[in-house]
Amino acid sequence: MTATSPIVAAMLALAAGTFLLRLAGPALRARVRFPPPAEHLLEASAVVLLAGLLAVSACFEGHSPAGPARLLGVLTGALLAWRRAPFLAVVLGAATTTALLRLLGLN
Amino acid sequence: MWRTLDGAQARDIALVCLAVGVIGVSYGAASASAGFPWWFPALTGALVLAASSEFLFLGILAAGGGPLAALGAGLLVNARHLPFGFAVPDVLGRGWARLLGTHLMNDETVVFAVAQDGLPRKRAAYWTCGLGILVCWPTGALLGALLGSIVHDTAALGLDAMFPAVIAALILPALKVRTTRRAATAAAALALALTPALPAGLPVLVGLAGLVFCRNTAAPDAGSDLP
Repeated sequence: MTATSPIVAAMLALAAGTFLLRLAGPALRARVRFPPPAEHLLEASAVVLLAGLLAVSACFEGHSPAGPARLLGVLTGALLAWRRAPFLAVVLGAATTTALLRLLGLN
Repeated sequence: MWRTLDGAQARDIALVCLAVGVIGVSYGAASASAGFPWWFPALTGALVLAASSEFLFLGILAAGGGPLAALGAGLLVNARHLPFGFAVPDVLGRGWARLLGTHLMNDETVVFAVAQDGLPRKRAAYWTCGLGILVCWPTGALLGALLGSIVHDTAALGLDAMFPAVIAALILPALKVRTTRRAATAAAALALALTPALPAGLPVLVGLAGLVFCRNTAAPDAGSDLP
């Protein structure tokens, strides 16, 4: 994969579009009032998208399964997060578990 | 402005910035192992400054998806910044500083700002965290990209487990709401089932269908969360 011009253009468009999304909230707040259900849906859609992304990135590498080492590492991280461990412990716990399992030959 | 923060808050913010830097390393390493040039994840990190959309963007491209599909999925993931702006319009600053303040809006800065009492403390937390992330995220990505091109087997370090774990940590609090939890579970199941069959990125978008679990019950459920 090289950074061809369409890819760089898409990246710049993502940066510009994200900035406009950040700009839009404060600009709109004075003018538009979302009904509470719509605000709830907007909020939930971010969580729903991230949940799908979480599942896919924990279980797959492209179109093929990523193997048990990554999945168990992610589950360890999720468990730590659920037990209210600090952010850094979650991140390092996940990576360490996966690394150790791979060291033991599980992949 | 920095003296408005007490020691414990400054430490929390520093820890989160450090964690973001570590995730940046895994992002840069993943980008390098997908074959992107060393400068690409760092530049993307500084300009987009929204981790999950960048992972998704690069992931779709690396899996052979088109630039437009990657752009669409990235923008959709970043759509939550619009409601974020409703929560923190007062901390963003004035004049030219406001452009930078707007750019610094992300999951972590918004969470820290909302958690403080009073505008001066909100502003101090928002800007400290935001500037820290603006430095740590692209720097981490740069280190990761260089590391990824030196260390051939980044999988041995387990870096690929970091990003899903971070998403889990970020969305766990929101899953306390029953309808959101159902929608998220449905989305995860749907995305998993479709991943072997559909082009990369699309299964996550199709997962939005899980929102049907939020539609009818949204109003009463939101109401029941009020104190």
